[in-house]
Amino acid sequence: MSVLELADVTYSYGDRPAVENVSMTVEPGDFLGLVGPNGSGKTTLLKLMLGLLRPDSGSVTLFGRPAHEFADGTRVGYVSQAATRKAGGMPVTVREVVTMGRYPHVGLRRFRERDTERITEALDIVGVADLADRRFSTLSGGQKQRVVIARALAADAELLALDEPTVGVDAESREAFYDLLRRLNREGLTVLLVEHDIGVVTAFATRVACINRRLFFHGDSIDFSESDALREAYGANQQLLDHHHH
Amino acid sequence: MLPLTQLGGFLVEMLGYPFMQRALVAGVCIGIVAPLVGSFLVHRQLAMIGDTLAHTAFAGVAVGIFLSNLFETNVSPYLTALVVAVLSALLIQVLSEYTDVYNDVSMAVVLAGGFAVGTVLISLTSGGIAVSINQYLFGSLSTLTRGEVEILVGLSVLVVAAIAVSYRQLVYVTFDESAARIAGIDVRLLNRLLVVLTAMVVVGAMQMMGVILVAAMLVVPVAAATQFARSFKRSIVLAIVAGQVAVLTGTTLSYAYGIAAGGTIVLVAIGVYLGAAAVTRLGPVRMR
Repeated sequence: MSVLELADVTYSYGDRPAVENVSMTVEPGDFLGLVGPNGSGKTTLLKLMLGLLRPDSGSVTLFGRPAHEFADGTRVGYVSQAATRKAGGMPVTVREVVTMGRYPHVGLRRFRERDTERITEALDIVGVADLADRRFSTLSGGQKQRVVIARALAADAELLALDEPTVGVDAESREAFYDLLRRLNREGLTVLLVEHDIGVVTAFATRVACINRRLFFHGDSIDFSESDALREAYGANQQLLDHHHH
Repeated sequence: MLPLTQLGGFLVEMLGYPFMQRALVAGVCIGIVAPLVGSFLVHRQLAMIGDTLAHTAFAGVAVGIFLSNLFETNVSPYLTALVVAVLSALLIQVLSEYTDVYNDVSMAVVLAGGFAVGTVLISLTSGGIAVSINQYLFGSLSTLTRGEVEILVGLSVLVVAAIAVSYRQLVYVTFDESAARIAGIDVRLLNRLLVVLTAMVVVGAMQMMGVILVAAMLVVPVAAATQFARSFKRSIVLAIVAGQVAVLTGTTLSYAYGIAAGGTIVLVAIGVYLGAAAVTRLGPVRMR
């Protein structure tokens, strides 16, 4: 079964179309980079994929069910841009954040040993175990993103969706962060990455989807580099062509 | 400084008065539930909603008084305040679901609108009710009836129980609403629950704190606790401690010097907040 299936998906904000007639699938084990110029509808498409928005027409199927009805909180982990910027002042420890990932499994019952183990493992995998008792707001941007990933791992998520996760993160931490994503992907996690930096996507993702409202390319990242999709997609949004081409 | 025996005598005398016993019970309840609910509001940048609901609750009080006068019956202003505040809370929440934001402006409109309805209804009501209006605006220790304290205790038990059951989900939504939604949490339902709980706290505490100051108890103790706390659980505990210090000290001072209870409690709470801020900034205090 595909992780995601989009069939002819269209979405508008009022009368301003954001996504038009997009069809594509994401298979288990894919590391899909979703690229496109600013305002191209990348984030909107991601929200449609996760069921945070409902398409005007067409359908989005997430793990075999309509995405907006999908309520199995254990299969999808989401790392938003806001996750690190917002919640600035909220006193909450790293462990508390990662524990949230376990909530869909636990419901109202008490935490069992298995739950605590998963939380500790998740902290270990992303390399923040030593920060477990720190207040989240005192971490660097890169550390915060790792913690939010650990939350998804604690949930035993099969799909990890990230929306420009390294905005405001320094270059060195970014490299390490994408290495971590690649490692998790090789261990079987399906990754869906919205990213404005095309270099990152071609270097780390196995598959690329390039959109500017419409889908300009969807395929292996090697083929993407050799195709004209980039020029075509970015050409439709002239002012950003030069900025994104180095 | 009072000698210890004199202080003891003073406390015994104070605790001997039934109205002070009622006030202290009410204060303890307020000092628990207001910071508890406020912890979720403050960290979602919803601090304003408490004030807004307090002012709509005032409209509710006026409705009660107006109806009592009109039909020459005894409609409890407390009850009408509760109904109006809960309905306003749901209205604000549903509006925000449609417009996708908690709008400062619409919140201000509801706040002013609630208060305006209140004043107009009261001016329509004939006769000497000005005194009891003051009591609702500024709060009072001495006029708390046994029944009102019982309602407050009941509301408090309900609020604590509701938060205990939904704590995990509320924390998740407070921290990261989108991720919570994707994790299968019914964010809309929780938001409605939170505003309704806020309305209940505001109405419960209004009698003692007054409409104008009641929202401070949702915010100030939480602001104080946020300075120190590392974990969210700890921040709630510390906020409740700050709330209790404010309420018990404020009530005692209010009794001792015959000064306004609501105002005194809020000033003590602000003192605790400033003290916490000073300590965390000046000294190398470890976060707890």
